[in-house]
Amino acid sequence: MPSALNALNLNFSTIWPEIILTAVAIIILVLDFFVKKENKSILGYLSVLGLLAVIPVAAMTVDPAPSFGGMVRADGFSAFFNVIFLISAVFTVLISMDYMEKMNIQRGEYYYLTLFATLGMMVMASANDFVNLYVGLETMAISFYVLVAIRVDNRKSVEGALKYFVLGALSSGILLYGIAFAYGFSGTTSLTGIASIGSRLSSQSPFLLLALALIIVGFGFKIAAFPFHSWSPDAYEGAPVPVAGFLSVGSKAAAFAVFVRVFVAAFPAFHGHWVDLLWILSAATMVYGSVVAISQKNIVRMLAYSSIAHAGVMLMGLLVYNDIGSAGILYYLLVYTFMNLGAFAVITMFIRKDGRGSDLSDYRGLAAARPLWAFFLALFLLSLAGIPPTGGFTAKFFILAAAINARYYWLAAIGVLSTVIALFFYAKVIFYMYMNERADAEDLPVMGATYSVVLILTAIGTVITGVYPAPFMDIALKVIKPFFM
Amino acid sequence: MEQIPFFIFAAIAVLSAIGVISVKNAVHGAFYLMITLLQVAAIFILLRSPFLAAVQVFIYVGAVMVLFLFAVMVLDIGKEELRETFNQQGVIAIPAVLVMLALIGYMIIGGKVLAPAGNLTDDVLIGNSTEVLGKELYTKYLFPFEVVSILLLIALVGAIVLVMKDRKR
Repeated sequence: MPSALNALNLNFSTIWPEIILTAVAIIILVLDFFVKKENKSILGYLSVLGLLAVIPVAAMTVDPAPSFGGMVRADGFSAFFNVIFLISAVFTVLISMDYMEKMNIQRGEYYYLTLFATLGMMVMASANDFVNLYVGLETMAISFYVLVAIRVDNRKSVEGALKYFVLGALSSGILLYGIAFAYGFSGTTSLTGIASIGSRLSSQSPFLLLALALIIVGFGFKIAAFPFHSWSPDAYEGAPVPVAGFLSVGSKAAAFAVFVRVFVAAFPAFHGHWVDLLWILSAATMVYGSVVAISQKNIVRMLAYSSIAHAGVMLMGLLVYNDIGSAGILYYLLVYTFMNLGAFAVITMFIRKDGRGSDLSDYRGLAAARPLWAFFLALFLLSLAGIPPTGGFTAKFFILAAAINARYYWLAAIGVLSTVIALFFYAKVIFYMYMNERADAEDLPVMGATYSVVLILTAIGTVITGVYPAPFMDIALKVIKPFFM
Repeated sequence: MEQIPFFIFAAIAVLSAIGVISVKNAVHGAFYLMITLLQVAAIFILLRSPFLAAVQVFIYVGAVMVLFLFAVMVLDIGKEELRETFNQQGVIAIPAVLVMLALIGYMIIGGKVLAPAGNLTDDVLIGNSTEVLGKELYTKYLFPFEVVSILLLIALVGAIVLVMKDRKR
């Protein structure tokens, strides 16, 4: 039956990035058996090479026709996200190698689990069907559960990992419940199938509304939106610092990829319903994240709350429901990859095995002792706060402008207000670094070569997106356009 | 007529599910759970899905329950250790659950069910569902099926990472 086969469109060229990444991960898995404990960083360098090799493939895999029986849609949108995932994975692995040595966690599993987490994100980004979406989500989540808990002899790590695991499993259950209702209503798990059935109905089915609410809760957990955020500060604090960075960038980007695709592709007919729910979520998330971050003593926890606030801003881009708002999310995530991983790179470098360097007060007088580090951290924090001429400013600007254009004045006002509040705690760290004297002349670690590469690249990314955002925004607009045709 | 066995199975399933969370003895709880899962398997047969029923019995009643009982045995959980460890969460949790149940019930009973039937071809209804399922898995759902194999690998590795002690320490 060749015609039935042709209808399936088993086009392997649409999943080349996933295939290559899986191959790299499995090669590293096998090599792990032969590499001595002291030399595990070799696996890290190999992972970086593999990831770098996949980036051009992922960028060129653009084929808008659904393949694999409608499961996969490797369009420009998924290519854009895949590049974000791969870049963040490269940075994460680069800053991990020294950290793992420093913390005496010499495990090869760390590297290929990071690659598998990236694979899960890529499956999510190109998923055109709830089945595929869920499988990708679990691939990512299970890898992260293990990565967060990889310091098994550390109490905080185990506590954070357990919270993350239990709440993550719960949120997966809620998401599945929502997907089951959507399937029960429409008889299909395909996003396009649900959209076509939803648009045919004259009245709104309560089943689909229930499905929508449950799916929003499920995704809300993954992006750590306000009432569903409680796992994130503990998980970030307990996880190895590079993993916390990867969790806040990669996992969030992947969740937003499916968020945008599901709500724009599958539920456009219900925009009037989900927009109110997201309005409340977005406003509450921005305000809560910014306000609670102020009182944090631990820098990783502070960045966790800041990351919650950023998710609220990005939700604003989703609910305005036009191409500029959604492209704003894509652009925001790209900038966020650079600035947030840059900040996490400095923290990773500064943190010591005994835990020194994790408190905000440890950053007192850093500018005098290590001016370059303080400069980089200040740059990333200013960008996170949204100060021009950094990428953080343009990203916030695009989304707020889209919200104002779509007449969401109140929400935009809350967004600006939360940005002002957020400025306070970002500035506090900068104030500590530049205005305070260093209490003790302790032995500061030296900046390794991998850190320099990461810091320079992330700083370039942060500044270029700030001073010359047009080409990046154009790409984001171009890949999001087909969604609103 | 078919509804009578359904209601019997459903009632037993719900009652034994309540049993799972209300008995103090962990082993009794595990057995109640087994009864619940068997009733669900029976409901799957009523829904003409012998494959799902078989999977339910093999995986849940068989493998998962054996693991549960093993864990209970290895950890030696007595009656005393399963005391109430809730910090007054019931005050919030019970109303929240009731509201959720009422909402879902309202939607199911009051809402117009406009759901179209799935792909219920004759093949599926006659009892060939296993074959249909297998074909679907290897054609339409090929890609997620392959990704699941990676997922299982990750779970396997993850379990080893978390329990394996570092030898050189």
